[in-house]
Amino acid sequence: MTLLDARVVEHHDLERLPTRAVADTTVRRRQFPRGLERLAGVVLLFAIWELAARVGWLSPKVLAGPSTVLTAGVDMVRDGTLGTALWASVQRVFWGLGLGIPIGAALALVAGLSRTGDDMIDANVQMLRFVPIIGLQPLLILWIGIGETAKISLIVLGVAFPVYVNTYAAIRSLDPGHLQLADVVGLGRWSRIRRVILPGALPGFLVGVRMATAVAWLLLVFAEQINARSGLGYLMIRAQTFFQSDVIVVCLVVYAVLGLLSDGLVRLLERTLLRWQPGR
Amino acid sequence: MSAAVLARGVRRTFAGREVLRGLDVELADGDFVALLGRSGSGKSTFLRALAGLDRGVEGELLVPSRRSVVFQDARLLPWASVLDNVVLGLRRRDALAQGRAALAEVGLAGHEDDWPKTLSGGEAQRAALARALVREPQLLLLDEPFGALDALTRIRMHALVQQLCGRYHPAVLLVTHDVDEALLLADRVLVLSDGVISLDAPVDVPSPRLRADRQFIHLRSRLLAELGVDETAEGAHDPLVVRA
Ligand SMILES: Nc1ncnc2c1ncn2[C@@H]1O[C@H](COP(=O)(O)OP(=O)(O)OP(=O)(O)O)[C@@H](O)[C@H]1O
Ligand SMILES: [Mg+2]
Repeated sequence: MTLLDARVVEHHDLERLPTRAVADTTVRRRQFPRGLERLAGVVLLFAIWELAARVGWLSPKVLAGPSTVLTAGVDMVRDGTLGTALWASVQRVFWGLGLGIPIGAALALVAGLSRTGDDMIDANVQMLRFVPIIGLQPLLILWIGIGETAKISLIVLGVAFPVYVNTYAAIRSLDPGHLQLADVVGLGRWSRIRRVILPGALPGFLVGVRMATAVAWLLLVFAEQINARSGLGYLMIRAQTFFQSDVIVVCLVVYAVLGLLSDGLVRLLERTLLRWQPGR
Repeated sequence: MSAAVLARGVRRTFAGREVLRGLDVELADGDFVALLGRSGSGKSTFLRALAGLDRGVEGELLVPSRRSVVFQDARLLPWASVLDNVVLGLRRRDALAQGRAALAEVGLAGHEDDWPKTLSGGEAQRAALARALVREPQLLLLDEPFGALDALTRIRMHALVQQLCGRYHPAVLLVTHDVDEALLLADRVLVLSDGVISLDAPVDVPSPRLRADRQFIHLRSRLLAELGVDETAEGAHDPLVVRA
């Protein structure tokens, strides 16, 4: 059945817009799901990697093959080294985020809500923002030594900045119409903050949190490789001195999985908190 | 009868340009006044001043404390449900019940828990009207609240606003482009041009008001002339389509 006569289409020089095809069950070609197709490339890479390791093109000092890495991973889980290291690392990130996010958000609120706060806080933060956080490490060590506090402090600093910057920008760019509405319906200071300013700034805050989680893992690796007695970074540095490339790869994989998990967690948070946004 | 609005010598300047230049307006309790004017003549600016939203305005302004505004845009908070928007800032104990009732009155029963972004333009504007009504204002400021509505909803809204004003007797200032709308609803029409009220006329059209009424036609011509629209010119009726 033709809905639009081909002649008509030609005559008027019309453009056919893409529409959903009517479900046609008779001539359905069997297809692999797109996700499986994409996986083929990854499988191929791993196969070549494994082959290279087996044949001896890759020395285990340079890069262990996938099967060796897997065995190393299983061994590390069995003897508890991975678990202990993971727990130490996760705790540091947890404290870093747990302190850094509230600090960044609180500073942004004070700066965004009061003129004095703005004068006192924002100019300073915007200036310090351009100091590379990693460059603060020597100073931190001078101040608080090389213990747990120093590592966590570095993460806290790195986390607080993106949270502050994004939350502050969100408060500053709130819809003036919404603030006007708050005046019209006679919201008090606290209701105004709770009903209009906080929910309006929430999307920006969450963007900051997402950036902060990425930064947190990054700084964790850095801090743990400088001087640590525990954690994933410490495992990697130790493996380096013993030429255990398999252990290093195991740690990298764990880092990647952790990053992915925490990003997924923030996305989930966004989906639940920003339900009101269209397209969620 | 006591006054609901006393505005004297109202001036407003934006970047050296005087939009309002010494406006004098008085509204009595229960007055329904339409404010006409060309686009950019300062109608919304004056309305913002009356709403108490403009600190940069000069002159004398006396208004009641219970005021409601319906803006040109619906201005709903996207993160609050429709019902929460309607009762926003309302401190009465039965606020939620009142809010539901107001939503039902504007034909939005069943949309209480919707997110504002899922409403159509007309529905959003009706929710904004419900938000204004539920406060039982002494002064109701309407900034082209029917502009985005379809013809049928518009008629229903006209009836609703009239019915409501009959019940609570607020003073109403309705800003509109639409001369017919002004003549159908208002007791008095004001024309704002060049920053002052250039015309202030009562609407002496017997109710029910009909567009075919002789007085209606007469006043309509006068207002159009004041607004600088040449009625005889071709297409003069286009921007002032008879909506009902
Ligand atoms: N906040 C502002 N800053 C600068 N200029 C402004 C501001 N608000 C209004 N104006 C100017 O004042 C004039 C009047 O604006 P206003 O919004 O009151 O017009 P209006 O009569 O409501 O027009 P319309 O019918 O199109 O809504 C316009 O020229 C506008 O550019
Ligand atoms: Mg306007």
